[in-house]
Amino acid sequence: MSDGIGARVKRKEDKRFITGKGKYTDDLRQENQAYAAFVRSPHAHAKLLGINASEALAMDGVIAVLEGGELNADGIGNIITGWAITSKDGEPMKCGAWSALAVEKVRYVGDAVAIVVAETQALARIAAEAVEVDYEELPASVSTAGTLEPGAPQVHDNVPGNLIYDWEIGDEASTDANIAAAAHVTEIDLVNNRLSPNAMEPRSAIAIHDEAEDHYTLYTTSQNPHVARLLLSAFYNVAPEHKLRVIAPDVGGGFGSKIYVYPEELSCLWASMKTGRSIKWTSDRSEAFLTDAHGRDNVTNIKMGFDENNRITALKIHNTANLGAYVSLFATVTPTYLHGTNYSGVYDIPAIYGNVKAVHTNTTPVDAYRGAGRPEATYMLERVVETAARELGVDPGELRRINYIKDFPYQTQVILNYDTGDYVATLDMARASADVAGFPARKAEAAARGKLRGLGYASFVEASGIAPSAAVGSLGAGVGLWESAEVRVNPVGTIEILTGSHSHGQSHETTFAQLASDRFGIPIDNVQIVHGDTDKVQFGMGTYGSRSGPVGMSAVMRALDKVEAKVRKIAAHTLEASEDDLVIENGEVKVAGTDKKMAWHEVGLAAYTGHNLPPDMEPGLKEGAFFDPVNFAFPAGTFICEVEVDPETGVTDIVQFVAADDFGTIINPMVVEGQVHGGVTQGIGQAMLEGVVYDEDGQLLTGSYMDYAMPRAADVPSFVVEHGCTPTPNNPLGIKGCGEAGAIGSPPALINAITDAIGSNDLQMPATPLAVWQALQAAKSAVAAE
Amino acid sequence: MATVNLTVNGKAVRRDVPDTTLLSEFLREELRLTGTHVGCDTSQCGACVVHVDGKAVKSCTMLAAAAAGGEVTTVEGLANGGLHPMQQAFHDNHGLQCGFCTPGMIMSGVDMVNRYKDSGRELTEAAIRHELEGNICRCTGYHNIVKSIQDAATKM
Repeated sequence: MSDGIGARVKRKEDKRFITGKGKYTDDLRQENQAYAAFVRSPHAHAKLLGINASEALAMDGVIAVLEGGELNADGIGNIITGWAITSKDGEPMKCGAWSALAVEKVRYVGDAVAIVVAETQALARIAAEAVEVDYEELPASVSTAGTLEPGAPQVHDNVPGNLIYDWEIGDEASTDANIAAAAHVTEIDLVNNRLSPNAMEPRSAIAIHDEAEDHYTLYTTSQNPHVARLLLSAFYNVAPEHKLRVIAPDVGGGFGSKIYVYPEELSCLWASMKTGRSIKWTSDRSEAFLTDAHGRDNVTNIKMGFDENNRITALKIHNTANLGAYVSLFATVTPTYLHGTNYSGVYDIPAIYGNVKAVHTNTTPVDAYRGAGRPEATYMLERVVETAARELGVDPGELRRINYIKDFPYQTQVILNYDTGDYVATLDMARASADVAGFPARKAEAAARGKLRGLGYASFVEASGIAPSAAVGSLGAGVGLWESAEVRVNPVGTIEILTGSHSHGQSHETTFAQLASDRFGIPIDNVQIVHGDTDKVQFGMGTYGSRSGPVGMSAVMRALDKVEAKVRKIAAHTLEASEDDLVIENGEVKVAGTDKKMAWHEVGLAAYTGHNLPPDMEPGLKEGAFFDPVNFAFPAGTFICEVEVDPETGVTDIVQFVAADDFGTIINPMVVEGQVHGGVTQGIGQAMLEGVVYDEDGQLLTGSYMDYAMPRAADVPSFVVEHGCTPTPNNPLGIKGCGEAGAIGSPPALINAITDAIGSNDLQMPATPLAVWQALQAAKSAVAAE
Repeated sequence: MATVNLTVNGKAVRRDVPDTTLLSEFLREELRLTGTHVGCDTSQCGACVVHVDGKAVKSCTMLAAAAAGGEVTTVEGLANGGLHPMQQAFHDNHGLQCGFCTPGMIMSGVDMVNRYKDSGRELTEAAIRHELEGNICRCTGYHNIVKSIQDAATKM
C-alpha cells in the first residue's frame, strides 16, 4: 500500500495552510469579543506598593482592570512545577511562589501585574499603559553564576542563597579515583547560552465563560490541551475538569514553549468569569521575548579522564542551571533527569558523577526547549571529547569509535538502560557522506584562498518519549506520561483516529493516518485524525520530548490491534471461515485461497447494523488504548559539520552539514527529514546566532528580531540527512522519535568545526563573527607571546 | 477615521477604519482574511507578506489607508480555484510544517520568481536564500522552502 509505513506520503494538512485557511487561535473570534492586555513590570525586582487603575477604568470601552489580590482572594492557585527534585542532602527543593498576577513583589521584567479588559485590542493596550503602578525598586540578581554568591539579592525569601536544589547523580568517589589515576584529563568550562524559543505563532488565548451552564471554554496555543485542562482544574481551581473544555486548534510551532499554562491564559479564563465576556489575548513578539519560557542557560565545568589506551575512565560535571524568577512546569527536571541521565552519551564510561545546582534569578522563567537538558549534556560531552582528541593527537572520529558503547542492552552509570543502537554504523555513514578523507585537500584549497576550513563531529544519544510512567513517577514526576488513542471505524468504513498527541507542525494528520492505511490497506484520505480538543479526545499527555511517535503512535497501534481483532471475528462469522484464514489487505478482508471476501465498508456496515454478528458481540467498531512503554527510546547518531571561516571578519560559512541518525522505524522519511532540517537549524541558531542578553539590572536587551538573531535562510546550507535503523523492541513500531535530535547534535558539531578551523578552543556560544574574530586574535597573541 | 477603498483578491471593498489601521489588521479583522499572519512587531518575520499592486509588501508595515485605491492579493486570492504553482510546490516539497510562516513565504516566493524572470536573472539557491532575508521560519530549516521555490520557478 503506497500510503503505508515507510512511504514518503505528502501531507494531508497542507492544503489549508498553503491556501491561508488554517485556523490558529488568533484567527478565531467570538460574538461580542472583548480583548485583554497585561500591565507588566518594567523592573527586574521591585516591591509592588499599589496599583491605581482609575484613569484606565475611566476610558470609554474599558471593561475591567483586575489585580493579583483579587485573583488570590478568588482561590486561584499559584502556578506549579510538575517535577519534585530532592537535593543531595535529602532536602526537598525550595522554590518561590508564582501568582499569575504578581502580589507584593515583581521578580522579572515582564512579570504580569494586572489584566486589562476592553472592547478592542488597541484600547486594552492603551489602557494598560494608563494603569499607574507604584514600585519600590530592589537590586536584581541576574547572572547564572553570580546569583549563588554571598550577598546576591534574594529573589524569594523562602529560597536562601537563591539555591533551588543541589542535586547529584552517579558516584563521586569512584569518579574522583579514576580521574586521579587517569593517564590524561581534559577539562573545560562552558556556557550553554540562554535562548528564546520563538515559535512563529505568538501565544494566544480566547476564554469563554457560559454563565448559565457555569462552563468554560479555552481556545489556546497548546502542545497539550489535556494537560492544560488538568492544571487549570486540579491545581489552579479555575473550573472543574468536566466544566472546562480546552481546544488547541492549529498551533504554529511550539518547541516546548507551548507546553505550559502561563499567567496570561489562566488570567483570561478567570477574567472571563469576572466580566461575563469572552476574552481574547494575543501576545505580540515583544511580549513573547519577555514571557515565553526561555531555554538552556547553564554554566558548566566538565572533566573527562582517559587511560593510556585513550579509553574514557571517568566523567565529572559541575553544572549551574538558571531557572529564572519562578519555577515553570518542566523547569526542575530539565537540568536533572533530562540532563544528568544523558551524561554517558554514546560512550562506555565506568565512572560518572554530576552535581547540578538550580538557581533563581530575576529573569524570565526558563523551561524545556527543544531537546530539554539533552542538548546541554550533549554539548558539553561532545566538546570535551573533541578537545581531548586534539590534546591526545587522535582522530576525533576514532576517539569516539573506540569509546562507543557497542553491546546492547547497556546499563549506564546514570540510571538509563539503552535498548538498541549501532553508533559505529551512523559514524561511518556520516564520515562517508561528509567525505572526511577528502577534508585535508579541501582545507588546503581554502587556505590558498585565505580561508580557514574546519571539520567538527558530534555523536549523540538521547532519551525520548518522556515515559514510562512508573519510571518518571519514581524520579519525581507529578503525572504519568503514557499516551491514549481511539480508533473509530464508521459504518461506511472511513476511520477516525482520536489521539492525545497534538501536532504543532509535526504532520500527525498524515503520519498517524499512515498507520491505519498500512494496517487495513485503505487510502489515507479515508482516515481523519482528531486531536487538540478535550471534548473530543478523552485524555492525552500531548506532544513534546519526541514522544508522539514512540508513545502516541504506539497507542494508535494498540487500538488498531483491537479493531483488527473485532474485524476478524465479524468477517470470520459472515464469511463462515476461520479467523486464521483471513487476510486483510487493500481494503478487503479475504479468505486466503478462495474468492470469498468482504469489502472494508461491508465490515463497518455489518458492525453497525448488527443484523448478523457473532453471538455475544456488541455492535459498533470503536476501540481505545492507553500505551505506556517499558523504557525510554534512544535515538542516536553522528553529525559532521564543515565550515569555512574568514579570518579577516570572523564570519563563518557552513559549507556542509551531514546528519546520520538512527530513529529506529521511520513512518514517513519526508517528514522525518523535515524534522531534522528544522532541529539542526535551531541548533545552528544556538551555536552561531542566538542568545538572550540581560543587562546587569535585569533589563532584556534582546527583545525583538532587531536584537535577537534568528537563523535565516542564508545562514544555513542545504543538509545531507542519512538514516541508520536499529528498531527499539520497546514499542510496537520500533520507533525512537526524531523531533529533538537535530537540535541536540548540531551545536557541538558546529562549534567543534569552528574551533578546528581557527585553532583555538576558547570559544563560547553564540559564535558570532565578533566572538570568532576575538578568539582568533587571542590565539594569535598567545602564539606571538610564545 | 479613514475611508479605505481597495481591491482585494479581485473584489472591491470599502471600509471606514481608524487612521492607524495597518493593512494586516484591515485584512485580518475587517475582511477576516486570516491567512495573512502577524508573527512580530518589527517587520522582520515576513508572515504578513501580501502583494500590493503586484509587489510584495509586509502588510504590518503599511497603513491600510496608504494602500487605498490599490490592488491587494493575499494568499487566499493567489489562485483562481486550484493551487498556484508556488502553493503546489510547497505541498510537493514539504515546504511547510506548522504552516504559520507559509503564507508569507509563498507570497515572497511568487514575488521573487516574478522579479527574477522579469529581469532575466537566474534564481539560484544562493539567490533564493538571500531573497528570503525578510522571512523567518522556525520549523523547516529552510531546506525544503528553498526547494519549493526552485521547483515553482520552473513552473511559473
